Amino acid sequence: MASITLEGLKKTYAGNVDAVKGIDLHIEDGEFVVLVGPSGCGKSTLLRMVAGLETITEGTLKIGERVVNKLEPAERDIAMVFQNYALYPHMTVYNNLAYGLKNRGFKKDEIEKRVRVAAKMLEIEEFLERKPRKLSGGQRQRVAMGRALVREPAAFLFDEPLSNLDAKLRVQMRVEIKQLQRRLKTTSLYVTHDQLEAMTLGDRLVVLNAGQIEQVGTPMEIYARPATMFVAGFIGSPAMNMLPVAYLKAQGANGLLDNLPEGTDIVGIRPDDMHLAPPAAPHLVVDSTLALYEAAGAESHLYVTLADSDQPTVIRVSGQPPVAEGETLRFFVPRDALHPFNSATGKRMGVLENTALETSLGDTANT
Amino acid sequence: MQTKRMTFPGKWLPFALLAPQVIVTLIFFIWPAGQALYQSLLREDAFGLRSTFVGLENFARLFRDGSYLNSMSVTLVFAVGTTLVSMSAALLLASTVNRMIRSRSTYTTLLVWPYAIAPAIAGVLWWFIFNPSIGIVPYMLEMVGYQWNHRNSGSDAMLLVILAAAWKQISYNFLFFLAGLQSIPQSLIEAASIDGAGPIKRFWTIIFPLLTPTTFFLMVVNVVYAMFDTFGIIHTTTQGGPAQATNTLVYKVYADGFVGLNLGSSAAQSVILMAIVVALTVVQFRFIERRVNY
Amino acid sequence: MVENRPWANFFAHTVLIIGVALVVFPVYIALVASTQAPGELMRGTLPLLPGSHGLENYALMWQSGVSKANSTSAAQMLWNSFIMAMAITVGKLSISLLSAFAIVYFRFRFRMFFFWLIFVTLMLPVEVRIIPTFQVVADLNMLNSFAGLSIPLIASATATFLFRQFFMTIPEEMLEAARVDGAGPFKFFKDILMPLSVTNIAALFVIMFIYGWNQYLWPLLITTDPNYTTIVMGIQRMTSEENPQWHLVMAAVVMAALPPVLVILFMQRLFVKGLTETEK
Repeated sequence: MASITLEGLKKTYAGNVDAVKGIDLHIEDGEFVVLVGPSGCGKSTLLRMVAGLETITEGTLKIGERVVNKLEPAERDIAMVFQNYALYPHMTVYNNLAYGLKNRGFKKDEIEKRVRVAAKMLEIEEFLERKPRKLSGGQRQRVAMGRALVREPAAFLFDEPLSNLDAKLRVQMRVEIKQLQRRLKTTSLYVTHDQLEAMTLGDRLVVLNAGQIEQVGTPMEIYARPATMFVAGFIGSPAMNMLPVAYLKAQGANGLLDNLPEGTDIVGIRPDDMHLAPPAAPHLVVDSTLALYEAAGAESHLYVTLADSDQPTVIRVSGQPPVAEGETLRFFVPRDALHPFNSATGKRMGVLENTALETSLGDTANT
Repeated sequence: MQTKRMTFPGKWLPFALLAPQVIVTLIFFIWPAGQALYQSLLREDAFGLRSTFVGLENFARLFRDGSYLNSMSVTLVFAVGTTLVSMSAALLLASTVNRMIRSRSTYTTLLVWPYAIAPAIAGVLWWFIFNPSIGIVPYMLEMVGYQWNHRNSGSDAMLLVILAAAWKQISYNFLFFLAGLQSIPQSLIEAASIDGAGPIKRFWTIIFPLLTPTTFFLMVVNVVYAMFDTFGIIHTTTQGGPAQATNTLVYKVYADGFVGLNLGSSAAQSVILMAIVVALTVVQFRFIERRVNY
Repeated sequence: MVENRPWANFFAHTVLIIGVALVVFPVYIALVASTQAPGELMRGTLPLLPGSHGLENYALMWQSGVSKANSTSAAQMLWNSFIMAMAITVGKLSISLLSAFAIVYFRFRFRMFFFWLIFVTLMLPVEVRIIPTFQVVADLNMLNSFAGLSIPLIASATATFLFRQFFMTIPEEMLEAARVDGAGPFKFFKDILMPLSVTNIAALFVIMFIYGWNQYLWPLLITTDPNYTTIVMGIQRMTSEENPQWHLVMAAVVMAALPPVLVILFMQRLFVKGLTETEK
């Protein structure tokens, strides 16, 4: 087991395409870090650079105290779980798990022991003599995990390992991966584009965009204090609404927006922070028309058209909406729930006192 | 042309892996081809002791030489005849087999095995059945009043080699036609029959046009086969005769070079054949690109 | 599709039966001829039913060939054909697998050059470069040897391209997983690539074996020693005699045709796969 340190890691492809533009990140020993971002943000490239599957154009990569920039994947003491599992189709499950150990010259009985332990942990003992094509998607996923597990490596690397599973299995495997990692305490780096998966799995998240880090932090830090408009829009579903300060003032803010942090011209409001009844705290009042409503069981998403604006806006309420589609709707936003941003830089503009979700979080949000 | 996203490092290994193939290619393909090119520009004296540079004279002579021009037209007749006979028989058999459900694989098995017979053996077989003194076919032809004799009659000889060559190639054409037929969506044929087209009309208006890519591809392959892979058939049957009537270009290269020992002319003939293969290969590859987009 | 035309089915079967009969006819005649007594075939017309001398004809052919001095027995010629066919097949497959491996899994200088060099061999069949190739083999002292019979024929653009195409369809992750699992180029080739290619190798094996077995012009050129006579060539020698002993010739024909025909019949699926894919 080991920590992983990335210092100024860069990847430039032929033709001067920068896929990864200088990443600094320190992953503690035993920590579970999730790289999350939209497709094409460089998260998979970054992971593959750590694995040794992509060369590093610039920067230093350390696993433990060892600089591994030039080492073969096999020499880096890492194990990887691939999106399509990459199981060897002509080998039994047993041999799939054993292959990496055989290549490293492990003794037969040691291989046997490790494979049995991993198979037991993943509940795939009964499939050991089968070929991968005789297994279901979930079982293949477990075998892929098993192949990483038997090696007892310094770090696990996961490349969207759940994206080929159906929704139900995905949730189940998510829980199992988390439990397994807690038990083994192996440093893990996990790539996903699914913000919910990222939030639920990671000790810390690294939000990437266009080859750069937008924000690093615990899931709750990132949710409560997104450092940029990009993070605000990416984490949380439905996405955060963005309303210009000028618009809100014009709608009659009653001085509530007068002492926003310097430079704020747009504020973010999470759909859950838009209430249909006036709260006790100081709040804004906005009028709108209900354009469309989606019933999602316990909650509803209301797509509303704001008065005098064409800004698309979503409200999340529990239960049914009080009015029919096409009728007017008034909602209330507590002042504490506003996230101040500058639209030109995309950056968060300082802190509002008493922000609802955040109580005692450290100041690690910005990088 | 791509490689994998990730490749193995190694400076010398790839060259070592390629070496056997490249060495064989250079020694037995490229070098002899170069020699043929070089020799095609030389002429040896009567004793084979000295050779002089004569430029394109060897080529010019060939195109003035009646026997070479004859060989060209013989090759043309032979290639077209073989292609036509073999492809039409194969198309008839394939489209008939394609209608069958239970017996399809039995018929297929019964029709594919001639592919395994060597051209030389096919030649011996057909030579034997058509043997004017002991063969069974001339015996039957005589009953209907035809005197078969491929030892004297150039057209009989040509017919014989065409039959032998076409016979051997039927399996190949059959398999490709069958594959082509099976890739035609059943729904198209159903639509046509709802539109009131009977089986024969359906064949000529729907199935045959959709088979065009296969047909064209097979035409090229069959011409290549008839031109270059039938040496064995000619050599075991007519040996180019009677009176040059079946002396194809490939057979002539062999006969002039090995038997006649006319190196310059033989080399020039080789060069012309190479040009023909290059042209046919280009046609084939160009066309395959189109086949994919059909 | 509902199409009730009994006459159409009848007609179809008739066409096919006639077709099969015509295709089988020459070989049937060979079988019949190979079972006749020595003089039977000289009497003008061939009988249409097998005779009773099959066993002795085949035995004679197998043991001593046509009863003449310096003739080679069919057993020897079949063995020679087998050695040549196997050498060509194994040679083609191995050097093509190695070349395709290099072209797909390595990045190196002149990659395209080598690719085209191999491609060019497609355009240079033996038939068009007979004499200079013969000269090269003669200069290398390879006349009358199995090396001379096989090595000049083992370059294969077709097989190289087929393997290359197949390797390109193997998921990228297979290599990456193997690299993470500590496999170098040789281990990857042996443990992953070869097992995955088994079906393709087998399909090509069928095609190449038939190709090798049926070689004619090449052995004709470079072997004069009867110890290297292959069966296909040997038959030609027997027919070019003054008065061919057709009953023995036909016994040899049947023996020469049997191995490749059996290969096709027993491996029909692989054969069809090999044939259709090499032409893509």
